[in-house]
Amino acid sequence: MSSLLTQNYFQLFSLPEQYRLERAELDDRYRELQRNVHPDRFASAGDRVRRLSVQQAAHINEAYETLKDPLRRGRYLLTLRGQTMGDQQATHQDPEFLMQQMTLREALGEVREQADPLAELDRLAREVRAQYQALEAGLADALDERQDAEAALTFALRMQYFTRLQNEVQELEANMEDELL
Amino acid sequence: MALIQISEPGQTTAPHQHRLAAGIDLGTTNSLVATVRSGVAETLPDDTGRHLLPSVVRYLEQGEALVGEAAQVQAADDPLNTVVSVKRFMGRGVEDVKRLGVSLPYEFVAGESGMPLIRTAAGDRSPVQVSADILATLKRRAEQTLGGDLTGVVITVPAYFDDAQRQATKDAGTLAGLKVLRLLNEPTAAAVAYGLDRSADGIIAVYDLGVGTFDISILRLNQGVFEVMATAGDTALGGDDMDHLIAGWIMVQAGLDERIDHGLQRRLLQAACAAKEALTGQEATDIRVELSAGQPWQGVLSRGQMDELIEPLIKKTLAPCRRALRDAGVSVNDIHEVIMVGGSTRVPRVRTLIGGFFQRPPLVDIDPDRVVAIGAAIQADILAGNKPEDDMLLLDVIPLSLGIETMGGLSEKIVPRNTTIPVARAQEFTTFKDGQTAMALHVVQGERELVEDCRSLARFELRDIPPMAAGAAHIRVTYQVDADGLLSVTAEEQTSGAQAHIEVKPSYGLTDTEIETMLRASMDHAQDDMQARRLREQQVEADRVLEALQAALQQDAGQFLDADERQAIDQAAEALETARAGDDYREIKTAVERLEAASAVYVERRMNANIQKAMTGHAVDEFK
Repeated sequence: MSSLLTQNYFQLFSLPEQYRLERAELDDRYRELQRNVHPDRFASAGDRVRRLSVQQAAHINEAYETLKDPLRRGRYLLTLRGQTMGDQQATHQDPEFLMQQMTLREALGEVREQADPLAELDRLAREVRAQYQALEAGLADALDERQDAEAALTFALRMQYFTRLQNEVQELEANMEDELL
Repeated sequence: MALIQISEPGQTTAPHQHRLAAGIDLGTTNSLVATVRSGVAETLPDDTGRHLLPSVVRYLEQGEALVGEAAQVQAADDPLNTVVSVKRFMGRGVEDVKRLGVSLPYEFVAGESGMPLIRTAAGDRSPVQVSADILATLKRRAEQTLGGDLTGVVITVPAYFDDAQRQATKDAGTLAGLKVLRLLNEPTAAAVAYGLDRSADGIIAVYDLGVGTFDISILRLNQGVFEVMATAGDTALGGDDMDHLIAGWIMVQAGLDERIDHGLQRRLLQAACAAKEALTGQEATDIRVELSAGQPWQGVLSRGQMDELIEPLIKKTLAPCRRALRDAGVSVNDIHEVIMVGGSTRVPRVRTLIGGFFQRPPLVDIDPDRVVAIGAAIQADILAGNKPEDDMLLLDVIPLSLGIETMGGLSEKIVPRNTTIPVARAQEFTTFKDGQTAMALHVVQGERELVEDCRSLARFELRDIPPMAAGAAHIRVTYQVDADGLLSVTAEEQTSGAQAHIEVKPSYGLTDTEIETMLRASMDHAQDDMQARRLREQQVEADRVLEALQAALQQDAGQFLDADERQAIDQAAEALETARAGDDYREIKTAVERLEAASAVYVERRMNANIQKAMTGHAVDEFK
């Protein structure tokens, strides 16, 4: 019987080792596992059992966080296949992609000067989300169908750029909303 | 030992015994204790029928402590020895307390580990000890009402409490002689009280406006599992501020200026608070205040006027609401229920404005002062093992990011806020000098970039690192946060496998030795009593462990244990039975620990098997 802590995250959740997954299934398995290992199930247990339970529950949480996030899941799967994302790829982005990033960033910087800043921010947020989803679809295709690690790495890296952009959009949204109060 | 808890429901051979458990809401202004009796959770009153225990402790010269009403009525006569709102000082350093900005009558002195001590007639008292006195009063109340010793309690804490504040709360429980089964976030407790774990899945907002604090939490319920998705709040916003606004209005009406004495100030605030309470049920109220001897002021305040006064304050709570929604990644439309907690949510304007913001009428059926204690009692009942068939599970998140100090006084985040706990994260460090054998680390909590803006949790020293060339040692430091949100750290040198020794110095907490000393001090006057009590506790523990183990062994020993392993367990069990028959509680304790050690493998195998069983039917093949 293999220990919980040594299984890879896909095995742990009894999911096929591939990029595409059913989120509802992942969620169900996660809760099922936590119901069995969570420290609350061992509230009046001895220290040893409680330590074990905390360790396992932490491991399951880490696995869940990894698998539910599209980018982290992609990277994890690439790591399982012996590919790691190094920094050297960062410089190998094609000019067109970098240009698009710059344009989006500029637009974000100028949101406050627009006639309707919130509407403009909404539009940008939608565009960033759409781009991210397109990359995610590309990553899924590269990992699950084409088995093209090189292409997968490029998609994952671009998703990273968009994640940062998404964070900035959210931050700006937060600041602007707070200012309105 | 929890063997019994991982067996199938209905399969345990042991007769079910109801264990006395309680939920405690340790509040800033008031505290409550609740328990589940005949399936109903209810708060317990004192012998005069009062449920709320004012969180006030007055220390007398003989070393005696008066808790609650008795302390509160004399607070004005003996302010130096009467401690109020001690919750605000829990887990705080002397400097923090000064920075809280409230003018406090009593004197603070620095304790051994940076913890502030309050100078009283009964000697110096730490906030942990003061809280322990409150908890002990509630414990007595519960044990007298229920007619027996409590097996364990659940104590609630604000969702935003950091590690030091949680640790301080747990220490207070230990000091009061309680077994703390879990620290539960107040909003989660409120959701449990409403039985939302029994209802349809959905996202719940818990809006908690207390006397002096505000707290908003977004929870998700899915098949009996509660997740705290996000929390936000304001530690200096509450019903008190409403009173101040209304008192300010009275001052304007009465033509008073800022220079008024403390006595009048108190009378004004009392009148304001009374008016606020009256206006929850009626449209207008008379206000009478004695400005000075024989010079009364009288006026009428309508609800509309009050609403106007307090509206900015209520709106101030909306920013944290938005932030929490954003952090949770949901919008107002996703919210299924809104729960009102805290006495200040009785104010009708609060209900309408918040209902408007979330676009639904909030839940207000359960007394907002008692709802948290009631939820804690339900959870305590489950954790004590009284409902083995209940599979409700509360998953919490860490409220503030954990970070480590790096070069230049910056905080590098290791565990970001709102990560589900328990969680473990590892980091690798290396030495920068040849033969370096020690290294200092500093763990902080908070969202800010600079370490000095975050809360210092602990400083660690890694020692006994095997001497190697600079950069050759790889020290893996693991930070683990348990289900209560409490941090522990371990370290290991990767290449040699040597365990680096860690010395934890909590920045504002009590060291284990300090707790031990306090425990002993509190026991001195009741030594024999304590001995007898400890013996009884250990005997009960021994019986439980043995009973659970026998039941489990009968069920599946053959499946998991070979003859040698079985023999080791049986020997340890026999040793425990012998110790159980004696009268030395330490011996029983040791024997329990030995039995647990001997059966650890068995427990782990059962746990794994149980998980496998839960996951069967989900074989990977079925998706291909």
